[in-house]
Amino acid sequence: MSILVYIEKAESKVKKTSLEAVSFASELAQKTGEGDVVALALGSLDSSELEGIGKSGASKVLHVSDSRLDDGVIQAHASAVAQAFEKSGAKTVVLAKSSLGDAVAARLAVKINAGLVSNVIELPEIGAEYLVKRSIFTGKAFAYTSLTTENKILAVKKNAVDLKTDGANAAVESLEVAIPDSDFGSKITATERATGEVLLPEADIVVSGGRGMKGPENWGMLEDLAKTLGAATGCSKPVSDMEWRPHHEHVGQTGVKVAPSLYVAIGISGAIQHLAGVNSSKCILVINKDPEAPFFKAADYGIVGDAFEIVPKLNEALKAEL
Amino acid sequence: MKILVCITHVADTTSKIQFTADNTKFDTTGVQFIIGPYDDYALARAVELRDQTGGKLTVLNVGEAETEPTLRKALAIGADEAIRINSFPKDSIFVAKQIANHAKEAGYDLILMGRESIDFNGGMVHGMVGELLGVPSFSPVMKLEVDGSTAKMAREIEGGKELLEAGLPLIAGCQEPIAEWKIPNMRGIMSARTKPLTVVEPSGDETQAAAVKYELPPAKGAVKLIDKDNVSELVKLLKNEAKVL
Repeated sequence: MSILVYIEKAESKVKKTSLEAVSFASELAQKTGEGDVVALALGSLDSSELEGIGKSGASKVLHVSDSRLDDGVIQAHASAVAQAFEKSGAKTVVLAKSSLGDAVAARLAVKINAGLVSNVIELPEIGAEYLVKRSIFTGKAFAYTSLTTENKILAVKKNAVDLKTDGANAAVESLEVAIPDSDFGSKITATERATGEVLLPEADIVVSGGRGMKGPENWGMLEDLAKTLGAATGCSKPVSDMEWRPHHEHVGQTGVKVAPSLYVAIGISGAIQHLAGVNSSKCILVINKDPEAPFFKAADYGIVGDAFEIVPKLNEALKAEL
Repeated sequence: MKILVCITHVADTTSKIQFTADNTKFDTTGVQFIIGPYDDYALARAVELRDQTGGKLTVLNVGEAETEPTLRKALAIGADEAIRINSFPKDSIFVAKQIANHAKEAGYDLILMGRESIDFNGGMVHGMVGELLGVPSFSPVMKLEVDGSTAKMAREIEGGKELLEAGLPLIAGCQEPIAEWKIPNMRGIMSARTKPLTVVEPSGDETQAAAVKYELPPAKGAVKLIDKDNVSELVKLLKNEAKVL
């Protein structure tokens, strides 16, 4: 027996969130006695990236090198995972919750008749029932889901377990799967991705700005601070609505939900819809000139004062320390 | 074009989340219910597409009788008819099967819904319906144009977007900025009263992943305020106390 992990890549690298999923599967396998963790990688990836998946706890990597799978064609990916699942004899699939991961998991659940839980935040409790704790109401509550099927799929949220990096390189096996041409019926005509920056949904530190920043021309100091911290930049909804910043930076109820170790909110009042996007953060720092800003109630640390004065000083202090 | 929009009936985003019956039920006391915000985007885009190309727009909810005001609101926004599948939405696969069974018979060119419900946040129903019907599914879709039998879409990915082309029929889980939310006008509200709302009994009752109990996060401690002239103290706290640097 084994647990199968669906691996995603971005720009020829295995995504860190997928390595977290491998780490999760490795702890799960120990708990359930499901044996080895087998990772499934689709599309072109070089051998060092493939072997490296072992460091997070996979003993074997199945590699489908078909370059048509380089793009995240949802149906084709779902078919490939379903076939690998049948061949591997696994009963459980683990994957990272993501734009592509969610889309693939939903179709896979029907294909392999598996119970599916998304937003999984910790290892399941296994007793008389197989209970999976997941985040609901956009992080405002948790639900325990009872999985009653033999086959199971867990879509794991960021930070559910610590990333394991001390494993040995994995053995790589190539795998042939037959994907019907109809699965490639939809075409990805272009991909626009911010390059060379830390991606917001996966970032360990996020620096966000709100209306208090007064205009897009003032984002330089936030970007400087983000650079010092190795952070991604985000923003509140009004900021993306006014097009000061692109939509994919909008953090909140209807935007990106983040789960970083540190969330820095600058000039954001903290409307409930914004808090819904950040309440999975481990630590929240709020900088706002209004001492009554609701965000302070959700924060771990706060500074009351003018961002234009504090942010450059904070950046200098961090540079000296880091 | 025949368009189906599936909507959820969910607690308003400002609701206080509480549970009753020994943490096994969501407490609806004092809660205002709305069309799911993502579903509202899907509905708004569907109204625009129906107005452009003609055809019929059906709105569907899997829910018990209390969801009918939410369906009426969708009719007021511009849907032509409503269908309520008379069951509590037990889990994603249960809801997906109800939608797929209905859609198999009715035959839609386009099935839209929100990227996820704002209560369970699963974001799985559109993909499951797609697989059950054997048609492509895309989510989260932030742009959707239909030209004849082809759709052009933008799908949000981490840190950017993908531009896609696919033939109809297809299913899309939608999010902003696909369209602006539409607020029903008086004429819409009046006409919604007489538009057909059909109640259909569910098929099957199988669940695979139902929620059995709930929990609230632990209360947050008080914020630690640091003087604005003492940022080095803040850096020390982040490093040594919070250990996040």
